[in-house]
Amino acid sequence: MNKILIVDDEPNILLSLEFLFKKEGFLVFIARDGEEAMGIIEENHPDLVILDIMMPKVDGYEVCKHIKENNNEVKVVFLTAKSKRQDVQKGMDLGADLYLTKPFSNKDLVSKVKSIMN
Amino acid sequence: MLSNGLIISFTFGYLALLFAIAWYSERSASRGKKLSSNPYIYALSLAVYCTAWTYYGSVGRAATNGIEFLAIYIGPSLVAPLWWVVMRKIIRISKVQHISSIADFISSRYGKNITLGGVVTVFCLLGILPYTSIQIKAVANSFDILQYSELSQNLISYPFYQDTAFYLAMGLALFTVLFGTRDIEATAQHEGMVMAVAFESIFKLIAFITVGVFVTYFVFDGFADIISQASLRGLDHLFVLQGENGISEWFWMSILSMMAVLFLPRQFQMGVIENNDEKHLDKAMWLFPAYLLLINVFVLPIALGGLVQFPLGTVDADTFVLALPIAYNQGWLAMIVYLGGFSAATSMIIVSTIALSNMVSNNLIMPILLVNDNLKVKYQHKLSKIVLRIRRVSIFVIIILAYVYYKEISTQFSLVSIGLISFVAIAQFTPAIIGGIFWKKGARLGALFGIIGGFLLWFYTLVIPTMVTAGYVAPGILQNGLFGISGLKPTSLFGFQEMSYVTHGLFFSLSVNVILYVVISLFSTQTSKEHNQAVVFVDIFKYSTSLDSSIIWKGQAYLPDLKALLHNFLGEEKTQEVLMDFSIRTGRTIGTQNFADPELVNYSERLLTGIIGSASARIMVASVVHEEEISMAEVLGILRETQELKSLNMALKQKSKELKKASEKLQKLNETLRLNDMLKDEFISTVTHEMKTPITSIRAFSEILLDEDLPEEDKKRFLDIIIQETNRMTRLIDQVLDLERFDSGRQELNLEKSDIRILILQATESMLQVFKEKNIDFNIEIGYDDLQLLVDEDRIKQVILNLLSNASKFAKHKIVLKTFLKDRDLYLQVLDDGKGVPEEEAPYIFEKFFQAKNQTSKKPIGSGLGLAISKKIIEYHGGKIRVFKESGMTCFEFTLPLQFEHNLILQSKTDDEQDTDCR
Repeated sequence: MNKILIVDDEPNILLSLEFLFKKEGFLVFIARDGEEAMGIIEENHPDLVILDIMMPKVDGYEVCKHIKENNNEVKVVFLTAKSKRQDVQKGMDLGADLYLTKPFSNKDLVSKVKSIMN
Repeated sequence: MLSNGLIISFTFGYLALLFAIAWYSERSASRGKKLSSNPYIYALSLAVYCTAWTYYGSVGRAATNGIEFLAIYIGPSLVAPLWWVVMRKIIRISKVQHISSIADFISSRYGKNITLGGVVTVFCLLGILPYTSIQIKAVANSFDILQYSELSQNLISYPFYQDTAFYLAMGLALFTVLFGTRDIEATAQHEGMVMAVAFESIFKLIAFITVGVFVTYFVFDGFADIISQASLRGLDHLFVLQGENGISEWFWMSILSMMAVLFLPRQFQMGVIENNDEKHLDKAMWLFPAYLLLINVFVLPIALGGLVQFPLGTVDADTFVLALPIAYNQGWLAMIVYLGGFSAATSMIIVSTIALSNMVSNNLIMPILLVNDNLKVKYQHKLSKIVLRIRRVSIFVIIILAYVYYKEISTQFSLVSIGLISFVAIAQFTPAIIGGIFWKKGARLGALFGIIGGFLLWFYTLVIPTMVTAGYVAPGILQNGLFGISGLKPTSLFGFQEMSYVTHGLFFSLSVNVILYVVISLFSTQTSKEHNQAVVFVDIFKYSTSLDSSIIWKGQAYLPDLKALLHNFLGEEKTQEVLMDFSIRTGRTIGTQNFADPELVNYSERLLTGIIGSASARIMVASVVHEEEISMAEVLGILRETQELKSLNMALKQKSKELKKASEKLQKLNETLRLNDMLKDEFISTVTHEMKTPITSIRAFSEILLDEDLPEEDKKRFLDIIIQETNRMTRLIDQVLDLERFDSGRQELNLEKSDIRILILQATESMLQVFKEKNIDFNIEIGYDDLQLLVDEDRIKQVILNLLSNASKFAKHKIVLKTFLKDRDLYLQVLDDGKGVPEEEAPYIFEKFFQAKNQTSKKPIGSGLGLAISKKIIEYHGGKIRVFKESGMTCFEFTLPLQFEHNLILQSKTDDEQDTDCR
């Protein structure tokens, strides 16, 4: 079973994503900030991380950087409200596999995540 | 009284001290510390005015003519306030034109005329030589008196090689050569000489006051005692002005000394050439008269004391100063007095000789050398050495001549009479100078004939009688007049007998001088060169910054010729330096073209003027360049242009200043606008970002609800979330609009008289449940009973609620609401025991979306607009809001003014600040 980690500080967004990916048959982990996310990655080795950027304590960019520095096999998908070109550029430069902006279409998100994992 | 050896060693010891002072000051100046550059030294150096004549002669004159002696000091004091007009102008002209002496000044003003400079120099020599010789006489006499206690004047005459005075004179000449002719530039300042003279001024003052105190308080019992004793001896006439004659004497003597204090060569040297800063005149204007007053305080007491003490005719009154201490056996006091007199004499000799030697070299010998083509070719390449040599030789010659004059003639006259005759000679320059700096029409021929005419009369009325007395001229001329015409008697021309001898001479010589100067000037035409100089002199304050372009010159000058000329006088290094200076000042490069422009020609001429005098410099420059004659019309035209250009330039400068100011203002405004724009952009970007969060949730759950077949329970839960997020969005939109209204000043407060206690209790009510849930201990402390205040009730509640709700998010266990009255304000504080606001963030916490400022580390909870809105609300009420730490708790505090009027005023003020308060 594919393991997926969802990181977001908005409880409602977290709830909707968790529901969505569980339904698609993923093993879902959730984290409410960057620090918690890094702990889960260390422990559970998810195949893919869906990352918000603006979060308390450690932000999404930092998490991505951390992942790419230690274990480049984890795929990273940014899912954020930051839609400026330079924000996207920064995310991609850090080695993200995909950069999606909020609000998003559920179907679109799921299909893109699936295609990356294969 | 004192041994010869002792006196000689003290005398030369004193001279050695002068050398030491001069040497030390020069060394200090060469290290960049100019000791003389202050108004006190300047004023002291002007006191070179007080010579041995003052020191010994004033007492002599007071003993015969009473307080009349004061006229010579009252004149300079009266004229001192005018220095700011006359002296400052002369200083400015001399500095700008590189003028080095009074002869050069006159010559330069009247078209750089050789004849005029030469005539002035010769007359200066004639006038000053006797004056110098009486200084030597004074020194020699005092020396003898001190040595032999011989109080009468019948001294043995030694041949010069046995005469101490001769060796002293040579010593002074040496000093003058050493410290007066170091620099080839005659305009260069003589730091060492100035400091030595300043020292001498102090020394002679102290010595004179010392003897004055001795006579007044030790020989007699104070001023009153002297006067009463003198009165007993029938000396009353000395205390008052004598009749009508006395008054006119006073008047003429004052006029005479006014002219002398400005134009005596030594005064010109000290006051103009050695002046470091025009501003020093300010203080010198009262310091110098104060000095004169001090040195004259004891003149009358000493004179009267001498008259009382010594039987009439046994002691020359000129020597009372020295005779009194000797008579009372005060050897050392006599020595100090002697040295004081020595210092008065030496300072005069040194300064006068320097000034005269400059004139002799620059206005007499150089022009002769340069006009004669044979001589010029012969000496062309060593001119600079020659100039210095001429000055050194002439110093010795002048001093030796003065010594000879002393030996041969001056023993026959009193100090004062020779001094006054000198003064009258110098006074002859006054019309040419004063006219020269205030009257453009004053012409060369007028000045020349005025001075010559004045001098002839001076010679006839003042010098001839002395020659008769000395036995050089038959006495018949005095009794019968020239050619036996009684109207031509030297001492009573046209039968004028009421005036004294000196006043008579002054009156006639000066009248003839002025009349000739004015009349001839009115009827003669100036050459273009002369007119040019006249304009520049009279309007010096207009031209002093643009002088080189105000002297009109036309012709062709080859740069190498000009350079070679400068080279001859300045040497290679200095030439390079001055040319560099010129190009920096004018912004022109020299050496790119073969021709020198007129400004460079003028500049070179000015430099040379400082070395060899204006007339000689003119000749030198004219000899290396090809000049064209310029018409008067051209001169006038160009001068007018210079002035117009200058005023145009000034207007332009003013305009450009204003423009610069305006553009700076615009730039500032632009900056503010740009900043505002940026803040607006940022705000919008933050708002849209904030809106995306609830929209994302709404969309995600809507899609879930649409796609999936969900159990009822989940459906309800998700729909609840959608409603909750919609509310959140509405709230956000409301707040943004709110803030926008506050920001643009369109927000209106709904002011009502409200009971503040009730308002606070109502505001806290809704929070009580939250505190209970979070297990937070909540206290309210209200420090007043009944308070009615004009506020917008809902808005103030909103603020209190916002602060409480923020506190509830951070507090651990405890929240306190405190409110009290202080001064004219209501205070409300909300304190919590949470982690607080980091100090560096405190200033920004009330800005919109502050939490978003730190881009990625996100807000705890809330929209980030609450505090910004609270701040606006409080400010609209005329209050203030801030955050700080208090005894470990975080305290948010706002104030509200208690008075309604106050309230309104501040409110409108806050409105005004809206525009500028965009940070």
